[in-house]
Amino acid sequence: MVEVKLWGSLGASAGGTDKVDIEAKTIGELLRKLAERYPGVQPHVTQGIAVSINGVVYRDDWSKELPEDTEIFLLPRLAGG
Amino acid sequence: MAHDASYSAHDFKSVGTRPVRPDGIDKVTGRARYGADFNMPGQLVGRILRSPHAHARIRKIDTSKAEKLKGVKAVLTAADLPDLTDGDVAFHDILDNCMARGRALYDGHAVAAVAAIDARTAREALKLIAVDYEVLPHVTEIDEAIKSSAHVVREHVSTGSVDPELNMPPNTTKRSEFGHGDIEAGFRKAEVVVEGSYRTEQAHQGYIEPHACVASVNSDGTGELWVCTQGHFAFRHFCARLLGMDVSKLRVTSSEIGGGFGGKTHVWIEPVALALSRKAGRPVKLVMSREEVFRASGPTSATSIDVKIGATKDGRITAASATLRFSCGPYAGSWAELGAMTAFACYDLENVRTVGFDVLVNRPKTAAYRAPSAPMAAFAVESAIDDLARKIGIDALELRIRNAAKEGTKSSYGPVYGPIGIGPTLEAAKNHPHMKAPLGKNQGRGVACGFWFNFGGQTCTDLNIGADGTVTLAVGTVDVGGSRASLSLVAVEELGIPYGQVKTVVADTGTLGYNDTTEGSRGTFSSSMAAIFAVRNAIQVLRERAAKMWDIPVDDVVWEDGHAKARGKGHGNLPRLSLKQIAEAAVNTGGPIAGHSEIVADGAGVSFTTHICDIEIDPETGGTKVLRYTVIQDAGKAVHPTYVEGQYQGAAAQGIGWALNEEYVYGKDGRLQNPGFLDYRIPVCSDLPMIDTEILEIPNPNHPYGIRGVGETSIVPPLAAVANAVSNAVGVRMTHIPMSPPRILAALAAERVG
Repeated sequence: MVEVKLWGSLGASAGGTDKVDIEAKTIGELLRKLAERYPGVQPHVTQGIAVSINGVVYRDDWSKELPEDTEIFLLPRLAGG
Repeated sequence: MAHDASYSAHDFKSVGTRPVRPDGIDKVTGRARYGADFNMPGQLVGRILRSPHAHARIRKIDTSKAEKLKGVKAVLTAADLPDLTDGDVAFHDILDNCMARGRALYDGHAVAAVAAIDARTAREALKLIAVDYEVLPHVTEIDEAIKSSAHVVREHVSTGSVDPELNMPPNTTKRSEFGHGDIEAGFRKAEVVVEGSYRTEQAHQGYIEPHACVASVNSDGTGELWVCTQGHFAFRHFCARLLGMDVSKLRVTSSEIGGGFGGKTHVWIEPVALALSRKAGRPVKLVMSREEVFRASGPTSATSIDVKIGATKDGRITAASATLRFSCGPYAGSWAELGAMTAFACYDLENVRTVGFDVLVNRPKTAAYRAPSAPMAAFAVESAIDDLARKIGIDALELRIRNAAKEGTKSSYGPVYGPIGIGPTLEAAKNHPHMKAPLGKNQGRGVACGFWFNFGGQTCTDLNIGADGTVTLAVGTVDVGGSRASLSLVAVEELGIPYGQVKTVVADTGTLGYNDTTEGSRGTFSSSMAAIFAVRNAIQVLRERAAKMWDIPVDDVVWEDGHAKARGKGHGNLPRLSLKQIAEAAVNTGGPIAGHSEIVADGAGVSFTTHICDIEIDPETGGTKVLRYTVIQDAGKAVHPTYVEGQYQGAAAQGIGWALNEEYVYGKDGRLQNPGFLDYRIPVCSDLPMIDTEILEIPNPNHPYGIRGVGETSIVPPLAAVANAVSNAVGVRMTHIPMSPPRILAALAAERVG
C-alpha cells in the first residue's frame, strides 16, 4: 500500500481529496487503479501524468516500481522548450 | 545490459574541457545545410495562402483558376487533408492549425497552399485562389477575452476543467491549481503584505532560421522529409498520423538548426508540404517567410498575473498566492499550468497557492518557448519579492536567501526537493563583485531568481567502432546548442581515447530507434546517459574480443585508458591492446564492434539560477542600456563549459530582449502590425554587454556524471531582473513587459502626476 499525493486539479477530479492510499507496485498499476477508483482522473491520465518519487520525476516509465515509505506525488506531464 | 544511472564521483579527463565543436567549420564556412539548403531532383516550390482576418468563416474556396495556371502542379485546401484524428482533440487542433477547416482563427491562419514549378508561379497562383470569407468578431487581448461580454473564440472547446462555480467565460479553457498549507491563516500571520498585478506581452522565440522543409511522397506510400526541427522523430509521428502514412515508411532527417527555443517542437508547414508532394507526385520545398514566421508560428503567451505575498517583519514569508492568466491562441493549452507550477518554486513556503487559467484568443497558437511560461510567472513573483523587501526594509537578495528552498523543502508545486542549487546561486550572487560595483545617476540594479524542471525521456544511441579504431556516436537528439561536442566528450571520457577519435552525428529516423524531441533541456542530459551506457556495452564487446585475441578468460581483461589490459596470474607479459588494434582484428574475432543503448532517461534534476542586472535609463527618451549582466546557474556538471556558458548567455540575451522591446502589436482589426525584425526588435550584439557567467556544479544524483539540463533555466529571471533594475533606476514599479521607452516614459509621467 502506498500513499499518493495529488496536485490540486487532480485532487478535484478525485472527489476533492489531496491524497489517497492505493495498493500498487508500479507506476502503471497506480495510474490504472486510480482511474478505476476515480473515473474523473482518466482524462488526466490520457493527457499525461508524471510521478514524483522522493522528488525524482518519472514521466514515461510506467514499469518503475514504487518503494514503500517514500513520497509519491502526481504531477501533470510537462512539456519543455 | 542494464546500467546504473546513479551519480558517482569521477576524476574527469575529457569532460569539462573546451575542444572545438565538430560542426563549427561547416557553420563558419557556409557548408552546413539548414532547412532550406537541401534540394531534391524535380522539386516544386510550395507557398501557403493565409487569412488576412483574425476570425472569419470560410464560406467557399475557389481554386479553379489557380489550378489552370501553367506551372501549377497542385493546389491544396483542408478538403485534401481528411480528418484522421479519430476524436483526438489535440491532434485535431494540430491539423486545424496547419490548414483552417471552415474557420480562420487568427491573422495568418493557413487556408490553402500551392506547389508550382517556381516561386513566381506559386505566388501568382496564390493570387488566383478566391476565398469567400464571412468576417466574424474577434478578440486578441487576454484581459478582454475573459470579460463576460467577450466574443467566444471557439464555442466547442471544452471548459470541463474549469470550475463551473467560478462562472468563467467560455474563453477560459483550463483551470490549474497547486499549493499546500492554509493560505488564509498564512496571510493572517503576516505583518507585511504586498500585492501587485502584472502583464507581459506576447513574444516570439525569434529564431533566425525560418521554418523550412523539403518533402517527397512516392506513389507506393513511402516518403522522405528533410526539415529544420528540434525533434525529427516527433515530426515523423505527427506527420504520419495526420496524413495516414505508416510511421516506418516516412523517413525524416533533421537539418542543422538556426535556433528553435521550443518553436520547432511543433509542426506547422511540414504536413502541408507532404500533402502537396503526395498530390503533385513530385518533391516540394516549403520555406516560411519572416512575416509568416511571426504571423503563423511560435509565439509564447501574453499574460496577466496577480500576486500577493505576506511576511513577518523579520523577512520570513508566511503566505504567497498568485492567479495567472495565459493566452493560448485559439487552441486549448496548458501554459498557465506551467506558470502556476513554477511561480514560487524558488522558495520554501509553508502556505502557498497558485491558480492558472488558459485563455483563448484570436492569435497564433501558443508554442513552447524556452522554459515555457516560467519567465512570466517569475517576472510577477520576483517583482513582488522586491516590493516586499522594500516594504519590510531589508535587502532584496537577503530576503530571497532567508526564504530560499533547500533539500527537504516541499516545493510549491508538490514534491519534496532533493539536493538543489537555489541557495548556492543566491550566496554566489551575494559574494559576486557585481553586487558591490558602484552605480551612477539614472542607474539601477536588479536581482531575480528562476527555476525550471528539466526533463529526460526516450533516448536511443548507437556507438560504432570503425576498422581503424575511430568511433561514430549516432544520437537522435537534435543538436541545438553544441551537444555533438558534449556527447563526443562523454564518449571519449568513457573510452579513454582522444576527442578527435570520435565523431557524433544526428541520425535520421530510419537508422536509429525513437528519440524524444530536444526540449526540456534534455538533449545533453539524456543522450549523454544513453551514450555512457552504449560505450559501456561496446567496452564489454572490446574486452571479449581482446580475450579472444589473447585466448584468455574475458574476466581477466580490463579496459583502462583506451586499451584492453590483461590482469591476473600468468598474463603479466601480455602487451596492452589499443582500440585500433582490436578494431583492426574485428573481422576475425566476431565482426563489427558496436554498443547500443535505449533508455527512458528519467530523473533529470531541477535547475535554479540567480541573475544580476545593471541598467541605465534615459529619463528624456525612456531608452535603456544594459550596463552589466551576470548569470549564476547550477549545471550539475558542465560537460563542455563553453557551451554551458553559451546557453546561459543566449537565454539571458533573449530574456533581456523580451523584457525591454519585444512584443506582438495587434491593430483593432486583429491583424499583426509588426511581423518583421525591423518592427519586432530583438537585441543585437551592440545592445548588450558581455554577459558574465558563473557555473556552479551541484551533481544530479540521477546521472552517472551528475549532469543537469542547462538550456532553459536562464531565460526565467531576466524579465524580473531587468524590471527590478529599471524600477530601482526610475523609482517606479514597472508592471508591464516589455519596458519599451513609451512605457517607461508613461510610468515616469504617472509618477510625476502622483
